[in-house]
Order: sequence, then structure tokens, then C-alpha cells
Amino acid sequence: MLLGPSLLVSALLFTIGVAGVLLRRNAIVLFMCIELMLNAVNLTFVALSQVLGLDGQVIVFFVMTVAAAEAAVGLAIILAIFRHTRSVDLKHINLLRG
Amino acid sequence: MSAESVFYLLAGAAVLSAVLCVVQRNPVASALWLVSTMFALAGLYVLLNAQFIAAIQVLVYAGAVMVLFLFVIMLLHVGREASDMRGRGSRVAAGAIGLLLLAELFVLSRVTPGGLAVLSGGVGGAGSPLEAFPAGRAGQLAPAAEGVVGAIARPLFQTYLIPFEITSVLLLAAAVGAVVLAKRRL
Amino acid sequence: MPPLVLQAVTPATGAASWIWLAVALPLAGFLVNGTLALVRPQAKRAVSIVGSGVVLAAFAVALAIFVQLRAAPPEHPIIVDLWRWITAGSLDIRFAFQVDQLSLVMLLIVTGVGGLIHLYSIGYMREDPGYARFFAYLNLFIVFMLVLVLGSNLPVAFVGWEGVGLCSYLLIGFWYSDPVNADAGKKAFLMNRIGDFGVMIGMFIVWWNLKTLDFATIDEVAVRSLTAGGMIVTLITLLLFLGCTGKSAQIPLYTWLPDAMAGPTPVSALIHAATMVTAGVYLVARTNVLFSLAPTSAAIVAGVGALTALFAATIGLRQYDIKRVLAYSTISQLGYMFLAVGTGAYVAGVFHLATHAFFKALLFLGAGSVIYAMHHAYHATHSSEDAQDLRNMGGLRRKLPWTFALMLIATLAIAGIPPFSGFFSKDEILAAAFGRGATAPVWKLFWGMGLIAAFLTAFYMMRLLAMAFLGRNRTGAAEEEHLHEAPWIMTGPLVVLGGLSLLGGLLNVPALFGGGARLEHWLEPVLARALQMVPVELPHGATEWLLVGGAVVVGVAGLLIGWRWTTASPIPPAKEALPERGFAKVLFRKYYVDEIYHAVFVRPLVGISRWVLWKGVDQGLIDGVGANGSARVARALGWIGSRLQSGHVGVYVVVFLVGAVWLIRAVVR
Repeated sequence: MLLGPSLLVSALLFTIGVAGVLLRRNAIVLFMCIELMLNAVNLTFVALSQVLGLDGQVIVFFVMTVAAAEAAVGLAIILAIFRHTRSVDLKHINLLRG
Repeated sequence: MSAESVFYLLAGAAVLSAVLCVVQRNPVASALWLVSTMFALAGLYVLLNAQFIAAIQVLVYAGAVMVLFLFVIMLLHVGREASDMRGRGSRVAAGAIGLLLLAELFVLSRVTPGGLAVLSGGVGGAGSPLEAFPAGRAGQLAPAAEGVVGAIARPLFQTYLIPFEITSVLLLAAAVGAVVLAKRRL
Repeated sequence: MPPLVLQAVTPATGAASWIWLAVALPLAGFLVNGTLALVRPQAKRAVSIVGSGVVLAAFAVALAIFVQLRAAPPEHPIIVDLWRWITAGSLDIRFAFQVDQLSLVMLLIVTGVGGLIHLYSIGYMREDPGYARFFAYLNLFIVFMLVLVLGSNLPVAFVGWEGVGLCSYLLIGFWYSDPVNADAGKKAFLMNRIGDFGVMIGMFIVWWNLKTLDFATIDEVAVRSLTAGGMIVTLITLLLFLGCTGKSAQIPLYTWLPDAMAGPTPVSALIHAATMVTAGVYLVARTNVLFSLAPTSAAIVAGVGALTALFAATIGLRQYDIKRVLAYSTISQLGYMFLAVGTGAYVAGVFHLATHAFFKALLFLGAGSVIYAMHHAYHATHSSEDAQDLRNMGGLRRKLPWTFALMLIATLAIAGIPPFSGFFSKDEILAAAFGRGATAPVWKLFWGMGLIAAFLTAFYMMRLLAMAFLGRNRTGAAEEEHLHEAPWIMTGPLVVLGGLSLLGGLLNVPALFGGGARLEHWLEPVLARALQMVPVELPHGATEWLLVGGAVVVGVAGLLIGWRWTTASPIPPAKEALPERGFAKVLFRKYYVDEIYHAVFVRPLVGISRWVLWKGVDQGLIDGVGANGSARVARALGWIGSRLQSGHVGVYVVVFLVGAVWLIRAVVR
């Protein structure tokens, strides 16, 4: 079965996503790395659904739906912030400073 | 070509595309490499017997979400400035955390079917996972009986009906929210 | 351990059971007058009638009880239980009154002399806007004084003890808009507080050792439970005596009394002459069993009394304020009373207490009439001279003849000239001291001090009389025509007191003169145990006649020499007076005791309060470390927390991922 290797690939993709979140300053690219992490998780679910039942695939179904909704709202927020600060660079977005 | 080699091909493509996505300077290029990652993943899903999921991965993720990303990138004219990689400290942190995480996940992924059986309460000690996990076996047989879509539809509209309905409300909320947030004037 | 209950008590029947009325009447007077003071202060007629009426009614009750007890003197005290007061564990204090011979003597004096002074006040305070308030406070004082002398146990007596201190404060500072008066009131209260501390600790030790606080029970069990001359009983009695030095103005806590003359003269007469200051003597007489068991304490009591008598008399020689002379005279005479009770001659002490109440009240009220006249004279001419300064008086014999005659009677009484009352009482004290001197030589010293003090007493009293009433008038030509006798409402009580000063000696004429020693027999049941332990050794025969003769000679000599000394050279009025020099200055400045107390006690205390307790503890510690410090800590913690909120998403993400990695690590383990 391809369970082991699939899980490994998923781990790799997830780690790449984490590194991307840590490395990029552009908010949209950051968001894309988060989507990459979500995809890695989807892969994990699908791989494990082979042994644990179709529930895994149903969960992936829901994850995709929520990720789509989240992408829409998140990008709308970035749009709104851009109108304010004329930039999507993270270092300019620090109004929530304490 | 055996399933294994196709698998390794697609896996390699996915990982490579992901790395390039993260590293590319131009956000549009990043987005496109992400699309490539998603296509590779869709292929992997097919190999893993999740054909329906593969289809909606392409339709929803690569087709809708990434298009949305590209729209926003072009709308905001981003990517014109210099590199937006963070400084040395962040690279060190990224490296450290990344390696740490990878190590942990690697350990976690070294799960044998027998070990998994012990963890999830199936019949332990059997050689083939399909014997160890009756649910998995049922999952493999269902598409043969009802077709791929039917196999997913059954649990979706029976066991998971309520999450399904709530998700539809969620989508409505997200749609309204996105419209409101992105408007120039309320 | 359960508390001890009284064994022997006479049941309360007849008039004695109405004893509570004697206290309730003045209390009602206080409430009515107090209300009037608040809502309708100009209703002077009502206040006069209620204020004096209740005290005179209380006197009537006292007389009725006296008549009943005279017919059948009780062997054991009559306890009238009113209500249950404090019950806690084995402590069961009841609010009860003790009606026996001693408390009855005090009751009669307080209500009788008090009633006369109330009548006097109607005239004296007539024009004062605080008329109703005055009578309210005066009535309240009578209430507390009666609670003190009638209390059947130490806590109830202590309630009265504190209460009279409160009323003293209220009345000394009656004209509170002048800070001098308010300060005098505070001084009196604070010094009394020091003494009260002693009484309280003494009370606690009594409870701890005897498991009872009732006077009658203490009398019964003290002999068995306490070792005679032992440390505990000496400690108790010394602590109680500390309270007495405060309340009765003995060394070292006497300095409040001269300052207390800032209050209206009726107050000085009632509180600081006749009644409150005698509370200390009463307390010693009441706890006579304890003092008989502690000869060291008794000696100290007698010694302090003798020393105070002499000391205060010397100060009185050089004072010019008429009330101050009388104040020091009071301190001196109280010293005599303590000399008496310290010697064990409780009868002599109580006798002198009574006669002193008569002639000292008379002296004060007479001085009040003089001040009243002087005040009116100065008021008419809009002068700002001191109406109380003896140097501004003179020749008042012609203007105030009645007052002069009555004050002369009082002077003869206090000087100890027979047949006036003071002769008998003072003589008995000196005889008892001399008699004890045979067995304890230090008493001879006390007797000597008392004798010298007697000479000085006669001297300064004659000086007062001469400066005020004899010679040429120094008030001023314009004022002279305004000086006149006080109204009858004021002079009337003086006449009554004059009669008592003259005839008061009949209370206890000793066998030497063929008298029946009535007071001695009357008080016998109360003092039986004490007299058994420490009998009074009176000299007899030739020695006795010598002593009596000596005392009379000393008194007459004092009067004559005082008269000659004072009238020898003309006295300048106050504004022309030369400053004092030499030893006279020391006497005039009262041996600088107030200044010494201020330097030794007051200034360090104020310094500690300001610098240590206020600036150090309160501002520095509690405010600085506690309130502000905890605020600073909270702010610092908040600053640390706010530094974490940099607003940079990148930082947040790093932290988030570090946390996630750590969590996964925990699962992997």
C-alpha cells in the first residue's frame, strides 16, 4: 500500500508550507502557503481513508469547502487592508500592536 | 508503468512545485506553481482510490480558489517591489522549525499497518491492512457497488447530514462576508 | 471554669429597688435637653426646669433610699440587677447597681451638690446661646457619674468612668470655637485615657485571677485567692491607682486639671471639684480589700497623695487666675484623700471627700459669681482685661457681700479651722497618718508633708480671699460701678453649700469631742474586711490633743501670715504687673511640668507619628509598596505582555508554530 510514502509526502508538503509562512512577507503569498498546508492535510486524510474507511474522504470534502470559503473571506480582508495601507507587505500591517 | 513509479513521479512533482511556489519571487509565478502542486495532488488522490476527491480538487481548488488568488494578485498589482523574503533571523527560524517539524512528522508517519491497527482498535497482527481494517475494506468495495460518487454520497447525506447543512450556511456567510468586506463603500 | 457567683447579698426591697430611677431621670433629662438643643435651643425655661428638676428628683430618690437604709442598715450590699449585659463563655457581666452605704454616700453627694450646681447654672449660663446643650451635657454627666458610683462590678463602673471622662471633655471644651478650650478638653481626655489603660489592664488581671468582676464577690474571695503582699495584687492595685491618678489628677497625670478651668465655672465646680475627680478615691475605697492586701501599693498611694498635696499647694501660692488657684487647691485636697485611703483610713478619706465637695463647690461657685460680676463690668466698658485675674480684683467685699461671707466660710473650712467641716475631716487624715507612723516610719514623713501642705493651703486661700475681696478695688474706675452681687438663683445654692461647709463636720465628729462618729459607723459594713486586715491606728490621749492643736495652730498661722503677706504691699493690676522672677517664677510656671511632658512625651510621639508612622509606614510602605507598588507591578507585567503584541504577524506566526511543534513533540513522546 502507499500509506507510508503518502504520509511522508504529506509531511514534506506541510513543512514546506510552514517554511513558506515563515519566510514570505507578502500577505497573499503567505495565504497561498497556508493553502498548501491545507492540501497536505487533505492528502493525509485521503491516504488514511484507505485503511480507516470513507469517512476520511468525507472530511476532505468538508475541508475543501471551508478552505474555499476561508480563501474568499481572507482575500476580501486583504483587499480592504490594501485600500488602507496601499501595501500587502506584512511589515506595514501592525496596527494591532499592543 | 507500475502504480508505484507513477506515485513517486507525482509525489516528486508535487514537492518540487511546492518548493518553487514558496521560493518564487513573483507572486503570480507562486500561484501558478501552487496550481501545479494541486494537479499533482489530484493525481495522487486517484492513485489512492479517491477519484471523486480528485475531481473536486481540480474543480474547486485549482479551478476556483487559485483563480481567485490570481484575480486578487492582479487587482492589487503586487509583486512589483523588491524581494519580499524576510531577513536572516526568519530564515534561521524557518529552517529550524521546519526541520524540527519534519522530524516529528516523519516519526509519526512511520506507522505500520499493524501499529495503526493497535491504535485504532482494528484487528491487530494481520499482514494486509485490508484484513486488519474492515472499514477500509468496505470502503474499497463501495465504489464497485455504487460508483464513486454514490460511495461518498451515502455517508455525506446520512451520517454527516448536519455538518453538510451547516457548511452550506457557512458558504453563504462567507459569500456575504466577502462581498461586504471588499466593497468600497457600504 | 464557671464564674464565681456572689454568696451573700441582701435582697432589694422598697425604695432601694427604685435605684434605677435615680439614673433614668437624669438620662431622660439629657434626652429632652439634647433634643431641645437641636430643635429649639431658645426654650430656656423648659431646659431649666427639666435640667434641674431631674437631678433634684434623683436626689429625692436618693434620700428615700437613705431613709430606708438608715432604718435597717444592710450587712451585705443590695444588688439591683437590671439586665444581662455581656455573656461570652464563662464571662457573665450583668448591668447591675450596688446599693450599700458607700455608694449611697456618693449618690447623695452627686445628686445633692449636683442639683445645687444645676440651679446655679440657670443663672450663670443664662445668656449663653448653648444653654440647652449645656444642661444636656450636665445631665449626661450626672447619669455617668451615678453609673460609676452605683455600678456593682468593674465593667459597669468603668462605663461610668469613661462616660464622665467624655462629659468632662464635652464640657471643658463647651465654648469650642476658641481652640484653647478645645485643646484643654483634648488634654483632659487624653491624659485620662492613659489612666484608663491602667484600669482596664487591672480589670483583666482581676478577672484572670479571681474569675469575677463583681465588687462584692471580689471582697469575698480576694483574701483566699490572692497572697497578701504578693505580686499579682500589688500589680492590680497599682494599675487601678494609675487610673486614679488620671481621673483624680494626682502626680503624674494631674496637668489636665488646671487647663480644664477653661470650661464654664459650674463645670469646674461640679466635675473638677465635687464629683468626677473624686471617682479615683471612690474606686480605691470600693476595692479596699485589694488595697489592704497590698501594703506596698497602699504606701505608694499614700505617698503620692501626700506628695501631690504638698506639690500642688506650692504651685497655688503663685497663681493669679482665681480658678487656677482653686484647681491646684483641688489637686492638693485630693492628695489628702489619697493619703487617707492609702493609710487605710477609708472613713477619713470619704469624709474629706464629702466636706471637700461642700466647700470646694462653694469656692468655685463663689468664684463664678465673682467672675460673673467682673465679666459684666468689663463687658459694659468694652474692656478686654482678664475677668479671672486676681490682680484685677480687690475690694469686692463691698460689692459682693454675700459671696464674700460665704467664701470666707469656705476658706475657714478648707484651712481646717474648727468648728468648720474641713477641720474634722483633715484632722482625721493627719491623725491616721501620724498614727501609722509609729509602725511604719515613712508615714511620719507623709504626715509632715500633709501638715506643711495644710499651712500652705491656709496661706494661698487667704491670699485669694485678700486679693479678691479686701483692699482697694483694682478693676478700674469705669468698671467699678458695674460690679454687683449675683442674682439669687446663684447665691441661693451658695448659702446651702455654706451651711453644709459649716455644719458638715457633724457627719463624723470623733469621740475626742464627744461625737458619735456617725459616718464611721455607717460605713462599717462596707469596710469591715479591710479594717480587719489593716486597722487604723489613731493616736489617743495627749498625743491626739497635741496633733489637733498643732493642726489648728498651723491653719490659723497660715491664714494670718497669708493675710499679712498679701496685704503688705499694694498689688498692681494685671496689665501693670511685673514679670515673675526667681523661685516665684518657677512656681508661677508650675515647675515647668507641662513643658517637660511636652518635650519628653508629646514631641517624640508626634515625631514618631509623623515621620515613622505617617511618612514611613503609611506613605512609604502601604501607599508606596502596597497600593502604588502593586500598581507598578501590574503595569510592568502589562508592559511585558504588550511587548509580546508587536502587531507583526510574522512574529505571531513564529510563536504559533513553535507552540505547535512543541505540542506535536508531546504527542510523539
